[in-house]
Amino acid sequence: MNHLDLLTFARGSALNWAMMLFVAGVLLRLFEIFGLGRKADLARPRTNTLGSGWRTMFTRSLPAEGMLKRQPVTYISGYVFHFGLFFAIFFFAPHIAFFRSMTGLHWPSLPSPLVDASVVAAIVALSVLLAHRLNNAVKRLLSTIGDYVAWLVTLLPLLTGYLAYHHLFLEYTLMLALHLFSVELLLVLLPFTKLFHTFSLFISRWYNGDFFGRKGVAS
Amino acid sequence: MTQADHPDVLPGTVGEGLAQRGVTRREFLQFCTALTALLALPPSMASVMAEAISKARRQSVIWLSFQECTGCTESITRSHSPTLENLIFDLISLDYHHTLQAASGEAAEHARMQAMKDNDGKYLVIVDGSIPMGNPGFSCIAGISNHDMLVETAKGAAAIVSVGTCAAYGGIPHADPNPTGAVPVSAIVKDKPIINVPGCPPIPVVMTGVLAHFLTFGSIPELDSLGRPKSFYGDTIHDRCYRRPFYDQGKFAETFDDEGARQGWCLFKLGCKGPVTYNACATTKWNDGTSFPIESGHGCIGCSEPNFWDAGSFYKALSMPVSATPAMLGAAAAVGAAAGVGITWYNRSTKAAAKAAHAKVTVQELKREEK
Repeated sequence: MNHLDLLTFARGSALNWAMMLFVAGVLLRLFEIFGLGRKADLARPRTNTLGSGWRTMFTRSLPAEGMLKRQPVTYISGYVFHFGLFFAIFFFAPHIAFFRSMTGLHWPSLPSPLVDASVVAAIVALSVLLAHRLNNAVKRLLSTIGDYVAWLVTLLPLLTGYLAYHHLFLEYTLMLALHLFSVELLLVLLPFTKLFHTFSLFISRWYNGDFFGRKGVAS
Repeated sequence: MTQADHPDVLPGTVGEGLAQRGVTRREFLQFCTALTALLALPPSMASVMAEAISKARRQSVIWLSFQECTGCTESITRSHSPTLENLIFDLISLDYHHTLQAASGEAAEHARMQAMKDNDGKYLVIVDGSIPMGNPGFSCIAGISNHDMLVETAKGAAAIVSVGTCAAYGGIPHADPNPTGAVPVSAIVKDKPIINVPGCPPIPVVMTGVLAHFLTFGSIPELDSLGRPKSFYGDTIHDRCYRRPFYDQGKFAETFDDEGARQGWCLFKLGCKGPVTYNACATTKWNDGTSFPIESGHGCIGCSEPNFWDAGSFYKALSMPVSATPAMLGAAAAVGAAAGVGITWYNRSTKAAAKAAHAKVTVQELKREEK
C-alpha cells in the first residue's frame, strides 16, 4: 500500500467508521447522562433561579478570584491550549471544507500562518501542562492513566497536522494520512474518556449554576 | 555534408546526426545546459553531457505499447526541447514503435527482433500501458500477449523506462474493479532497472531528460521510493504552484466561475490534488512552457500518483471525506440513541430494583440490637 492509498483509506472507510463511532458514542453518553435524572427538588427556591445556570456557564469559564495567582500555569496554559485548539479545528480552511462537506455550513477561514501560530501555542501549552502534571505532587497523585491517554490523543492530531503542514520528518502524503488517523483515534476515544467534557462541560455548568441558584447562591 | 567538414565528428554517433542536421555546437550546448538544469545537475555538467552525448552512438530504443490510449506517444510527439524529430534522429534510434514506425506485420516484429539481437544487453525498452494478467487476448500484438512480449524484450535490455501512469503503476486499466487484471511493468520485470515516468500523460521533457542522463552517464538517474527520477518528482505540485500564496492567505475559488476563480485564487477547495502529487508540471509546464492544468483553471487530478483514479472524487477537497454521508452519520446517531435508551432503561431498572429490595429498619429493631 503506497502513501496515497493509505491517505485514501484514512479519508474513506477509516474516517467513516471513526465518525460513526463518534456520533453513536456521543449520543449514547448524552442519553445515559440525561437518563440518570435527578430527584425533584421539593424545597421552595431561595431566589429566582431564572438565568443562573446560563450565567454560570460563562462565569465559571473565567478563573475564580485569586486562582490565577495560585495556579498560573494551569490557568494560562489551559486557556492558551483550548483557544489554540479551537482556532486550529474551526478556522483552518481545509477543516472548514470538511465541515462544509458534512453539514453544508461554512464560515471564513484564518490565514494559514495564524492557524499555524495557534497550533504551536497549543502544543507548547500542552507540553507545559504535562511537565506541570509530572512535577506537581498533587497533580501527579491525582492523575490516572486516563489523563495521560487523553493528553496523548489530543496532542497527536496537533503534532501530525503541524508536521504535515511544514513537511517535516515524513513525506507529506504519509504524514497527512497519519494526521487523519490520529484524528480518528481521538474521535473514537472522545465519547468514552474524560475528553467527553467537550460535550458535558457546559451541561454540568448549567446544572451547577441552576442548583446553587435555587439554594440562594446566585451566580 | 562530409566527414571532412567536421573532422571531430565520429561516424555513427549522435554528433554526426547533429552535424548532418545542421545543429551548431552552440545550439547543442544550450540544449544540454537546459537539460542539466532540469536534471538538477551542476552547471559544469552541461559540457560533459554535450561531449558524452555527441560521442555516444545513437541509443537503440524499443517502444512497447500495451493497454494504453496512445496519450503518452501523443505527449512525446509534442516534446519541444528537443523536438521529437531531433529525439528520434539525433539522440535515439527508435527501432520499434507501433504508432510511429512505417513497417507493419511481420516486418515490424522483425525490426524488433533485429534490434534486440544487434544491441543485446544495451538497448532501452520504453513501455507505455499496463499489462493484462487476465485473458491474454485482452491485449496482444501480432498474436503475442503483452506479458510474453514484455518478458521477451526485457531480457536483453539495459534498462526499462515505464512511461505513463499505466506502465508505471497500472493506471486507469488497473482502477477498481480492474477487469483485465492489469499490472505495471514492475510487477513482471524484477531483474532490470526500471525508471518510472508517471503522468497521464507524462511531461515530454522528463522523458528527454531521462534519456539524456542515460546517454551521458550510462546509468539511470537517482530515483525515489516509487521509482521516479527525483529531479523531476522531488516536489509536490502544490509546493511549486504559483497559486500557493493564495492558499496561505486563505483565498480560495469556491466555484469554477466565481470571483476567486477569476482572480486566480487557490483551487484546493475545488478538489485540487496538488498537495499530494509529485510532478514537475508547475515548473516545466506543458506545450512549450505555455501553462499547466492549474494555470488553465482546473485543479490537479494527481495523475502521476499510483491509484489516483481510486483516490476519491477529483472535485472533492483533500480534507473532505471520500465517501462519508450525512445519512451514514444519521444512522449512527440513531444506533447511539437507541443504545443510550437501552442503558437508561437498565440503569433505571437497577435503581428501581435496589429501591424495592431496600429493607426498612424500625426504631424498635435498632433498640433490640442495642440490648
